[in-house]
Amino acid sequence: MLKDILLIMLSCVLIENFIFSRFLGCCPFLGVSEKPDTALGMGCAVIFVMTLASAVCNIVYRFVLVAFNLEYLYNIAFILIIAALVQFIEMFLKKFVPSLYSALGIYLPLITTNCAVLGAVIINMQKYASLPFGKSLIYSVAFGFFSAVGFTLAIVIFAGVRARIAYSEPPKCFKGVPIALVTAGLIAMAFSGFSGMQIG
Amino acid sequence: MKKIKKMLADGIVFKNPVLVQLLGLCSMLAITTSVSNAIGMGISVTAVLIFSNLLISLLRKFIPNEVRIASYVVIIASFVTIVEMVVHAYVPALYKSLGVFLPLIVVNCIILARAESFASKNKPLDSVLDGLSMGIGYTLALLVISVVRELLGNGTIAGINILGSDYDPMLIAILPAGGFIILGFLIAGMNKLLSLRKKENKGDEE
Repeated sequence: MLKDILLIMLSCVLIENFIFSRFLGCCPFLGVSEKPDTALGMGCAVIFVMTLASAVCNIVYRFVLVAFNLEYLYNIAFILIIAALVQFIEMFLKKFVPSLYSALGIYLPLITTNCAVLGAVIINMQKYASLPFGKSLIYSVAFGFFSAVGFTLAIVIFAGVRARIAYSEPPKCFKGVPIALVTAGLIAMAFSGFSGMQIG
Repeated sequence: MKKIKKMLADGIVFKNPVLVQLLGLCSMLAITTSVSNAIGMGISVTAVLIFSNLLISLLRKFIPNEVRIASYVVIIASFVTIVEMVVHAYVPALYKSLGVFLPLIVVNCIILARAESFASKNKPLDSVLDGLSMGIGYTLALLVISVVRELLGNGTIAGINILGSDYDPMLIAILPAGGFIILGFLIAGMNKLLSLRKKENKGDEE
């Protein structure tokens, strides 16, 4: 069990990094990665939401959708759960942890349409839904949490690189997003070095 | 007629959702490793765009402003589910190779962006046209990128061998890293073209 979770951790954070090998969450990746501290804020918010969403969606899928033969509605159900969850977390933080709210607040609404969260939930469903309940719940939560950690790692590294790019002078048509994409490609190349690792 | 022409030109070139507005990059980077995937994805997204634009535009006077985003998301998710089922039933190979990115059309920013910025304010017919032109723009952008990636990375276009058997494939092009780099260059090229055109137009005015 512990070994499996360690394997999930390694593969989610490094080998199958959400951004650099699965291409999930590229929009916020380019949008909020201009400064390292905003990137970290976004990353924390994603970790928070993705871990919770993995757990809730796993439970709802098993006890509502499968129980009533409604599996084909999974997409609608999941997006609604994520939207509701984001809204709920926002209200909860505002009321009880205002300091955290002021730090994460502006990033929370953006997460609803972050494909990383929905992607993680759907991958969880495809991978772990057939396992017995306890195992599938734990694996899903681990997958959600560590994928989000991988996302945060990628976005923070990239923000650091982008802060440096801001001082350089690329050709005019490369300014902004194009040069950022090329840089992301170079970082992805570095990450693809991990894909040779044999685990499990 | 002029209006239709302008909308098409906007969707395909000047406001191209991928190359100019930079929307929906995730799915497009992931699935442009082969031309057939790109065409399948392009058609799926176009279908969802047209139908969701139509329905949202028809309902625009009934949806309360406060819950509009949630309503749009549910409408879009329903159409994505329908498209997913159709693809699963009739093109199982495509269903398999698109994988998780087919259900993920729900969170493709292009669709929500068009719903919010166009369909919620315009007549049904115009909204359908807008969906069509944006969808064509998206599909063409996917097509261009996938042709480059498949040709470099595999020596083929849509599975047909172009560069001959002596070609040593440049594997990086179909790896994630190559996707980012090629997209970067294409967007830069598009910027260059648009800025050249702007200069020309200015020259005409003077």
